[in-house]
Amino acid sequence: MFLWVIQRDLLLAMRRRFDILTTLFFFVIVVSLFPLGIGPEINILRTIAPGVVWVAALLASMLSLGRIFSNDYLDGTLEQMLISPQSLSLLVLGKALAHWLITGIPLILISPLLGIQYNLPLDAILILALSLLLGTPILSLIGAIGAALTLGLRGGGMLVSLLVLPLYIPVLVFGSGAVEASAVGLGAGAHLSLLGAFLLIALVITPWATASALRISME
Amino acid sequence: MSYNVNLSTIFMLQGINLECMRGDRTLFKNINFSLESGGLMQVRGPNGSGKTSLLRILCGLAPPIYGEILWDTNNIRSLGEKYRNAITYLGHLNGVKDDLTATENLYISSALAGVVITKNKVHEALQQVGLSGRESLPAKVLSQGQRRRITLARLLVCDTALWILDEPLTALDSSAIELLRNLLEQHLKQGGMVVMTTHQEITIAAIKIQQLQLT
Repeated sequence: MFLWVIQRDLLLAMRRRFDILTTLFFFVIVVSLFPLGIGPEINILRTIAPGVVWVAALLASMLSLGRIFSNDYLDGTLEQMLISPQSLSLLVLGKALAHWLITGIPLILISPLLGIQYNLPLDAILILALSLLLGTPILSLIGAIGAALTLGLRGGGMLVSLLVLPLYIPVLVFGSGAVEASAVGLGAGAHLSLLGAFLLIALVITPWATASALRISME
Repeated sequence: MSYNVNLSTIFMLQGINLECMRGDRTLFKNINFSLESGGLMQVRGPNGSGKTSLLRILCGLAPPIYGEILWDTNNIRSLGEKYRNAITYLGHLNGVKDDLTATENLYISSALAGVVITKNKVHEALQQVGLSGRESLPAKVLSQGQRRRITLARLLVCDTALWILDEPLTALDSSAIELLRNLLEQHLKQGGMVVMTTHQEITIAAIKIQQLQLT
């Protein structure tokens, strides 16, 4: 059932490839704007690179949150999901993971290229990609709660950013912290372990919270 | 097309003192009914009288302000997925994905309802609702009535006892209405139950027909 939802959402995304590309281009453009604004000072750029990439990843992930549920809500599929005999939490987990596969994976794949743009050393680039790999699923999982709560509200897009961005802060701190820590020679292990722990907690708690939020929004 | 509704089991759906509010306006209160296997309940009332709200309450999508709904004397809230396994709901919205083909849509919506169907069965059902030759077109190029027919095909492949239909006749032409009527009559004859709202007249041959009038 769970794999089936992922498969369905991926199929839908493939029919609308443009949506995936817009998120990716948004990410690339935001990251590329900083060097243009700050100037080609290599040391400054190298220091701010992890933070910039991570903030752009947060924004890109947040922009695409609306798509998790809103299409299903508008065409009535979500109603059918709520009265389906399948576990709603599992369905929701599948949808959040599909969102990650569609928006998170492309960001991770393109991040080394952006790292080179900021003249990051190779090991820092690897850690940046690794921290994104651990962190972006958390963004999708937490974001699903916000998307479910603001379903069908006017101006839901703005509201979801107010709800979700504060919850993204720990991921941002430890994600970009991992790269900085490795740059000063402290090792990224502690930060990455914490991100991994966040991911496990989010996997357990957020599907349940999202399912409850959906039931409330659909009443 | 074979039905798996178990004839030997008698189901019963009861609504007791149901009350529903929208904002601070009471839509209806003290609604009581009892529906048995083979029974059809037509919910009638003017626009805004709470027909859709009542059906959503029956599905368990929204709780009533007061009162309870019993399925075989158990509250549907406590039955959970056992009850959801026994119902099929067709709402105002079709639940049809524009980007997917008719085949994919039917396959997905029945998988969601917990029924995995074979390719043959999908094909057969779509043929029966008059969509043969259009199975592999994306739903966005189909007309409103044809999308509605995809939704109707779900009734052919499901094996639930209680059908909850919200304005099933909308956008259907006379041949599709005829098809739906046959489906309903067959379902009722086999011991299924139907709750439906409609503004149009549709004569359905069934033994137990009741009207629920909302004001």
